Amino acid sequence: MKILVPIKRVVDYNVKVRAKTDGSDVDIANVKMSVNPFDEIAVEEAVRLKEAGKAEEIIVLTIGPEKAQEQLRTAMAIGADRGIHVVTDDNVEPLSVAKALKHFVEKEQPNLIIMGKQAIDGDYNQTGQMLAALLGWPQATFASKVELNGDSAHVTREIDGGLETLKIALPGIITTDLRLNEPRYAKLPDIMKAKKKPLDSFTPADIGVDFTNRLQILKVNDPPVRQGGVKVGSIDELIDKLKNEAKVI
Amino acid sequence: MSILVIAEHDNQTIKPSTLSTITAARKIDSDVHLLVAGHNMDGALAQAANIHGIMKVLKAEHSGLEHALAENLSRVICDLADHYTHILAPATTFGKNVMPRVAALLDTQQISDITAVIDGDTFERPIYGGQAIATVKSSDTKKIVTVRSTMFDAVTPEGGNAPTEEVTAHADFDKTAFISLEESKSDRPELTSAGIVVSGGRGVGSGDDFTKLIEPLADKLGAAVGASRAAVDAGYVPNDYQVGQTGKIVAPDLYMAIGISGAIQHLAGMKDSKVIVAINKDEDAPIFQVADYGLVADLFETVPELMQKL
Ligand SMILES: Cc1cc2nc3c(=O)[nH]c(=O)nc-3n(C[C@H](O)[C@H](O)[C@H](O)COP(=O)(O)OP(=O)(O)OC[C@H]3O[C@@H](n4cnc5c(N)ncnc54)[C@H](O)[C@@H]3O)c2cc1C
Ligand SMILES: Nc1ncnc2c1ncn2[C@@H]1O[C@H](COP(=O)(O)O)[C@@H](O)[C@H]1O
Repeated sequence: MKILVPIKRVVDYNVKVRAKTDGSDVDIANVKMSVNPFDEIAVEEAVRLKEAGKAEEIIVLTIGPEKAQEQLRTAMAIGADRGIHVVTDDNVEPLSVAKALKHFVEKEQPNLIIMGKQAIDGDYNQTGQMLAALLGWPQATFASKVELNGDSAHVTREIDGGLETLKIALPGIITTDLRLNEPRYAKLPDIMKAKKKPLDSFTPADIGVDFTNRLQILKVNDPPVRQGGVKVGSIDELIDKLKNEAKVI
Repeated sequence: MSILVIAEHDNQTIKPSTLSTITAARKIDSDVHLLVAGHNMDGALAQAANIHGIMKVLKAEHSGLEHALAENLSRVICDLADHYTHILAPATTFGKNVMPRVAALLDTQQISDITAVIDGDTFERPIYGGQAIATVKSSDTKKIVTVRSTMFDAVTPEGGNAPTEEVTAHADFDKTAFISLEESKSDRPELTSAGIVVSGGRGVGSGDDFTKLIEPLADKLGAAVGASRAAVDAGYVPNDYQVGQTGKIVAPDLYMAIGISGAIQHLAGMKDSKVIVAINKDEDAPIFQVADYGLVADLFETVPELMQKL
């Protein structure tokens, strides 16, 4: 069993982000960057499957700037075996990411793809489903539990009405939700070892996928700010305000 | 221009998210059709035909559509796509699951989670967990869109009289099988459309205290119950209570955050609420920056008092 895990370099989830004053984009100069949290969970899940003897090889793949190599190394420190890096400074949209991933799926022939449900920068929540469609593969999105049984997987999904369990035949795609697992911290020796693991780089031209965006960003603004409210001193005052001022109860 | 809205339903009833999606669709054009795809769905079909502002109901009946499997439903939608300039679905786990699949099959870049319609090509959508709002213009000939339902009022579910047309449903993808649904049953209002939401966080301390403090308060107010991710992770409540960037988006008239610090990811899911109340013992908790009424106090003392005085 070979597992492919696509990961994205994103602004760390603890960083406060603001729009640039000219409204052209968000201002993320010099902020801390990390592996997208959902992708870290995907890597962890793959590593656990390997540790359980259910997988032999884990490939991590990213499409992103030169520095996204750091995130590939982080994933390899957690336990991925090798990395693939498509180097580009473009802000690649999910459809193009999915097409680029398809190229490598055809080349590497993984049995399972585990990826994040959502990258926390663009908040698209699309790429896994798109890749599944392009490959004609089954999908199990928003997974909180995964059980592999030979050539199929039982996946429990976090959906609005509760928990749904699907069985998908492999090869297939699983996208992760937060409760699937808690990723480990990489230990120093593993970080050192990760530096020596194989990493292949490609240009967009190498893989023949057009990265032209279909969505033009006209502007990026800060959301409307809420006017800070008041502090109330007691429950009586709170009830009074809710009844007579806000009139919501 | 004709617009297709994909109904979210459980074969019996049409979900409120569908009604808001129709409002978004009508901001683009009034010729809105509604696809109801499912199995043994007389209840959902009857409701669909009644919805105000729908010109036509499309019925796709197939056992493979009973559980809205993305592989089957996307095929049905793609078979209809030629007739429509825009295809919209709610940005719930239902719409998020199926629509990107449709978009990829049609070689289209989906526009996720729109919060405003500027025109037929241009939409607003939040990015970075709602920390910024992007205005995006699509160059695709067909638009595949998911809609944040809290940002659009629901259309009236009555008063319509749309004809129903049956469409052929190809729904025989055999590599995915539905196994089970562990439904979270509750007599309380549905979280995303409730008028009042009472949410508890890690500060509530245990599942027991959640049941003793947060739930009765919600019941007293006729409210839905929500939670922060930390409360879900700690096992106080099921996952589908989670409000936030990666959970449910809510915008009730009144949102009460109890023992919730107000992390960016939580605010992303509730800061469009009309009135926000926060009860937290830490006066510096970020939740107070968005709260209309903040009470710095111990929740174990104040929540029982609140309940008693309401
Ligand atoms: C990728 C990602 C996605 C995420 N998505 C979400 C999401 O969708 N929704 C979400 O909520 N979170 C999400 N999170 C988690 C988020 O970052 C926070 O960790 C979480 O919201 C914190 O929950 P909390 O406020 O309940 O807990 P804490 O931050 O621990 O706050 C508990 C609060 O309770 C108060 N308190 C304690 N005891 C009492 C008492 N006796 N009386 C009164 N107050 C008390 C404390 O002062 C504190 O402010 C996400 C995180 C990541 C990494
Ligand atoms: N540039 C990228 N490189 C590799 N994987 C990506 C990239 N963008 C998105 N992904 C994967 O797709 C998932 C969903 O992203 P999105 O559809 O952008 O929300 C992420 O969690 C990643 O697993």
